[in-house]
Amino acid sequence: MRYDEWKDNEYIEQLVEELKANGTNVIVGSFDKLINWGRSNSIWPLTFATSCCGIEFVSLGAARYDMARFGWEVARSSPRQADFMMVAGTIVHRMAPVMRRLYDQLAEPKYVIACGSCAISGGPFRNSYHVVKGIEEIVPVDVFLPGCPPRPEAMIYSIMQLSRKMRVEKFFGGVNRQEKIEEFLAAHPEEELNA
Amino acid sequence: MANIQEKIAKQFPEATFEEGEILLVNIPDDKWHDLAQFLKGDETLHFDHLLTIVGMDWVDKFGCVYYLSSSTSNELLSVKVTTEDREQPMLQSVHDVWTIATTLEREVYDFFGIIFLNNPDMRRLFLSIDWKGYPLRKDYDMSPENNPVPRENERQEDVTYTYVKDEKGNVEKKTVTIFEPNDFVVNIGPQHPATHGVLRFRTAVNGETIKKIDFYSGYIHRGIEKLCEGLTYPQTLHFMDRMDYFSGHQYHHALCLAYEKALGIEVSRRAQVIRVLMDELARIASHCLFLGTYCMDLGATTMLFYTLRVREQILDIMERTCGARMTFNYGCIGGVMQDLHEDFVKDVKELLAVIPKNIKEYNELFIGNVIAKGRLEQVGNLTKEDAIAYGVTGPSGRASGWACDVRKTHPYSIYNELDFEEVVYTEGDSMARTKLRIAEIEQSAKIIEQLIDNIPEGEYCVKVPKVIKLPAGHWFQMVEGCRGAFGVYIESDGGTSPVRLKLAPPCLPLANVVDHLTQGSKIADLITISGSLDYIVPDIDR
Amino acid sequence: MYDFSQVTSWIHELLLTIMPEWLAVTIECVAIGLILLTVYALLALFYIYFERKVCAAFQCRLGPNRVGPFGLLQSFADMFKMLIKEIIRLKNTDRFLFALAPYLVILASMLSFAVLPWGEGMQIIDFNIGIFFLIAVSSIGVLGILLAGWSSNNKFTLIGALRSGAQMVSYELSIGLSVLTMVAFAGTMSVTGIVEAQANMWFIFSGHIPAVIAFVIYLIAGTAETNRGPFDLPEAESELTAGYHTEYSGLHFGYFYLAEYLNLFIVSGVAALLFFGGWQPLHIPGWESFNNVMAYIPPTVWFVGKAIALSFIIIWFKWTFPRLRIDQLLNLEWKYLLPINLFNLVLMVIVIVYQLHF
Repeated sequence: MRYDEWKDNEYIEQLVEELKANGTNVIVGSFDKLINWGRSNSIWPLTFATSCCGIEFVSLGAARYDMARFGWEVARSSPRQADFMMVAGTIVHRMAPVMRRLYDQLAEPKYVIACGSCAISGGPFRNSYHVVKGIEEIVPVDVFLPGCPPRPEAMIYSIMQLSRKMRVEKFFGGVNRQEKIEEFLAAHPEEELNA
Repeated sequence: MANIQEKIAKQFPEATFEEGEILLVNIPDDKWHDLAQFLKGDETLHFDHLLTIVGMDWVDKFGCVYYLSSSTSNELLSVKVTTEDREQPMLQSVHDVWTIATTLEREVYDFFGIIFLNNPDMRRLFLSIDWKGYPLRKDYDMSPENNPVPRENERQEDVTYTYVKDEKGNVEKKTVTIFEPNDFVVNIGPQHPATHGVLRFRTAVNGETIKKIDFYSGYIHRGIEKLCEGLTYPQTLHFMDRMDYFSGHQYHHALCLAYEKALGIEVSRRAQVIRVLMDELARIASHCLFLGTYCMDLGATTMLFYTLRVREQILDIMERTCGARMTFNYGCIGGVMQDLHEDFVKDVKELLAVIPKNIKEYNELFIGNVIAKGRLEQVGNLTKEDAIAYGVTGPSGRASGWACDVRKTHPYSIYNELDFEEVVYTEGDSMARTKLRIAEIEQSAKIIEQLIDNIPEGEYCVKVPKVIKLPAGHWFQMVEGCRGAFGVYIESDGGTSPVRLKLAPPCLPLANVVDHLTQGSKIADLITISGSLDYIVPDIDR
Repeated sequence: MYDFSQVTSWIHELLLTIMPEWLAVTIECVAIGLILLTVYALLALFYIYFERKVCAAFQCRLGPNRVGPFGLLQSFADMFKMLIKEIIRLKNTDRFLFALAPYLVILASMLSFAVLPWGEGMQIIDFNIGIFFLIAVSSIGVLGILLAGWSSNNKFTLIGALRSGAQMVSYELSIGLSVLTMVAFAGTMSVTGIVEAQANMWFIFSGHIPAVIAFVIYLIAGTAETNRGPFDLPEAESELTAGYHTEYSGLHFGYFYLAEYLNLFIVSGVAALLFFGGWQPLHIPGWESFNNVMAYIPPTVWFVGKAIALSFIIIWFKWTFPRLRIDQLLNLEWKYLLPINLFNLVLMVIVIVYQLHF
C-alpha cells in the first residue's frame, strides 16, 4: 500500500519525524530495516479473550476475514512465544493481576492492543464495582481499537497500525519501545512476577 | 395450583401464600428445610428442579426467593424465606435437597453475605477472596477506594469453610479441606485455550487421571445485576447481548416479555414472529459455533472453518436487519427496534437451502469419524437424575433424557402454535450432546421454514409510554436460550428502574457439573466434557 | 545419468593437487556442514510455508499472500522475528538442561539428514548400516523433549514430556518393525543398496501386499513420531497450552518449531527411500520410452518431490482428524499396530522365501 494512503496516524508520523531528526548509522540502519521488515510482517497473537470481542477474533481467523493472509494466524497459547496480546474483552478486578502476569510473560519486543470499548475504558460496564476502567491502568497499550465489539475489518486495521508502528521503531540503538516500558514500570512499581 | 397450596398448607400451617402467576409460599427459616424435603419428596408435587435462588435485600430484611419446577408436571412454584438480622444474616441450606443449591447459595453469599448453615462450601463465588463488602446490598460502598484494582496475585487457599449450628444454637465455623498438601494440582485457566473464556479449573490429577476439580469463576464478573439497579428499564436491555453473546436475541426476548407482562402491553403479531425468527437464527448460529470450537478443542481445526461459514451467513442476515454482527440490541419493549430488511426473506431462504448440505458434511467429517467416536462416546455420562439435581438444562439436559425445553414446557410468544420436535436423547454422553445440537439446528430450520413465508403485516413495535414505570410487584420469565433455560426476575417499587433484576443464566449449572462428570477420567476428557457442555463464561459470571 | 559422485570425486582430486589430504578432508567437511545448514534452514522455511498454504486450502482460505509474491517471504519474516525475540530466563529451573534440550532435538534431525539419499552419489555418508543409524539417531529427539519438559519446572510441560516419552517409545517399535520388513525385502541395510534394488520397480509395487501394509503402518507411526496431529498429544494446544515447549521463547522455541517440520521431512524422506525408490525415477518394465523420459528428471527432484508428496498426506491427516486420547494412542500401537506388524514381517519372509514378489 502506498505511503500517502496510510498517512493518517499522527503518533507514528511523530515517531518518523523524530527518527529523521536524529539520523542513524548506515549499517545499523539497514540492519534495522531488515529486522523491522521481519518483525512487522510476523506478528503472532496470544490467544487471549475474555468475552464478546474474543468471538470476533475467532471470526477474524475464519475463512472470510482470514488473518492468515498477513501471517497473523499463528496464534500461540503460550505467552512466551507470542508477539502481541489483543486484550479482547472486559478486564475485571479479579482478572487484572492475571492479565498483568500474562503481559510480563510475553517475550520482548511485546505489544498490546486494547480491543473494544471495555478494554479501553470499561465500556458499558464502566460504573460497575468490579470492572477495570481501561487496561492502561495495568499494562502499556500500543493501539486502541474502539467498538463493541469491533468488526473484524477494524481488527485487521488495528494490527496493521501496530505493524506500522513496529516499522518505524529502531531495534539497534535508541529503542523507543524499551524506554516507554521503563517509564511505565516506574509509574506502576511492582515486584517481578515473572518467576 | 390450588391443589399445591392445599397440600402445603396441610403439612405446614405456618406457611402463607401469595397468589399470582406463580404461587409464592412464605415460610419461616426454621421450617424451610423440612418444606424443601417435602416439596421434592412428595409424589404428586415432585419439585425436583431448583431454577434459581434470588437473593434479596429489602433494606429492613434479607431474604431469598427460590424458584422451583417439577420435571414431571412442569408446574412452577416460588418460596420466600427471610431473615431480619443485618449483622450476620443466616438461612438454612438446602444443598442436600437440590445439589445445584450448593453453588447458587455461594452466589447469594457472595452478593449479600447471607450465610447458609450446613452448606459445605461457603466461599465467595465471583469476587476475590479478600473482597470487602457484599456488592448487591443496598448499603454497599461503591467507591473505588474501598476495593482498588488489585496489583498482587490473588491469595490462594486450599480449604473452604462451612457453618454449622450446634445444639445450643451457637454457630461454629469449620474448615473443610479441598486439596491435600501432596495432591498434584494443575491449574487450568483462567487463560487457557480450552476453557472457552476465563474460567479456571484447579485440577488435582493422578498421572493423567483427574481426581477432583475445583472451579473458580468471576474472572469476567462485571456486576450487571447491580448496574441494572441504577438504569432505567429500556437501558437494562442492552446488557442481555453481552452475557451469553450468542443468545442475545433470546435474552432480549426474555427481558422484554417480563417487562411487557408487567406493563400489560400486547405485542403485535408481526413483532412476535420477527422475534421468534431471530431467536431461531441465533440458535443455529450458536450451535454452529459450538460445533466448530468443540472440534477445534478436540484437534480437528478444519471443522471450525466449515461451521463458521454458516454462521457468517447468518450474521450477514442479522447485520442487514439489526445493524450489528454480535451485539444486536434488537428487541425492545413493545416489539423490535427496526423493521426487517427488504432482502430478509430472500437471504433466509438461501440460508435454509444450504443448511442440509452443511449438516451432511459435518456428520461425514466429524460425527462419523472413528477417532471422534472414540473420544466422545461413553465420555462424561450424565444421568437424568443428576441432570435434574444439578439443574443442567438446555441441549445438555435433553441429551440425558430430560425434556426440559422451555419452548415446550412453558410456551411463550407463538411457540405453542409452531410445529417442531423437542429432540431428546437418552445416552447422556458427550456424543449425544453433540448430535443433539445438530438435530436442533434442523428443528430450528423447520421453525424458520414455517414462519418465513407468512410474516404478517403490521407494526413492528407498538406504542409504549416514553417513560416506562413498572407497577410495584415482581415477575419471573423464562425462555429457552441456546444453552438452556434462562430466567429473569424483576422486582419493582413503581419507579423507573428496577429494585432487583436477577438473571438466572443456564451456564452456571453447566460449569458446576464439570467436577461431577470428570472424576476418574483423563485430562483430555476434561476438554471433551467441558466442551460438550458448551458454557459461555460471561454468562456464568454476569 | 546424473551421477553426483563424479562431481565430488573431481572436487576431491582438485583439492588434493594443491594441498595435503587432511586439509582437503577438513575443507570438504566444513563445506558440507555449511551446505547442510543452509539446506536445513531453507527446507524448514519452505515446509512452514507449505503447511500454512495447504492448511489454508483445506480450510477454504487463502493463507499467507501479503509478504512477498504469494506470501513466499512469510516464513523468512518469521525467521527474522524469531532471531531477535527475547530468550526468557526462568527462575528455579535447571538452566543447563533447559538450554540443552532444543539443541538435542535439532541435533537428532541433523544427524538423520546425514544418510538421506538426495541423488545418485549425493549423500553425506554412505555406510552399510545406514538405515539402522537413521533409526538410532532419530530417537535422540525424545531425549530433548523429555529434558525440555522436565527442566521447565512447569506442570503442563511435564505432562507433555511424559506423554511424548510414552508415545515415542511405543511408536519407535512400529517404525523399527516396518523398516525391518523392508530391509528383509531389500536384503541390505545400506541406504544406497536399498535404492539400487528399486531401480526397476519400487518396493511398494514389487513387494505388493506386505509392502503396502508396512507402508501404511510406517505412515501412521511416522506421524506419531513427529508429534503431529492426530497424535499431537505432547503439544496438545487445547489441553496443555503448548505442551513441552510452553516455557521456551525466541530462538529456543524456533529450534523446536524448525525440528518439527524437519522431522516431517525426514519421516517422509525415509518413506520415499524405503517404499518409493528414493531418488529412482518411476520405471515401468516394458515401457522403454516412458522410462527414458522419466530418467531425464534429475534424481534430487524425484527424491524431494516424493518426500513432499508424502508430507502432504501427513499434513492432510493433521487438518482432518481430531486428536486421540493417551490411552487410545497406546492401545492403537500395542494392541493393533504391533501384532499386525509382526504378522506382516512373517508374511514378508514367506514372500521372499517363495519368490512371490515381482
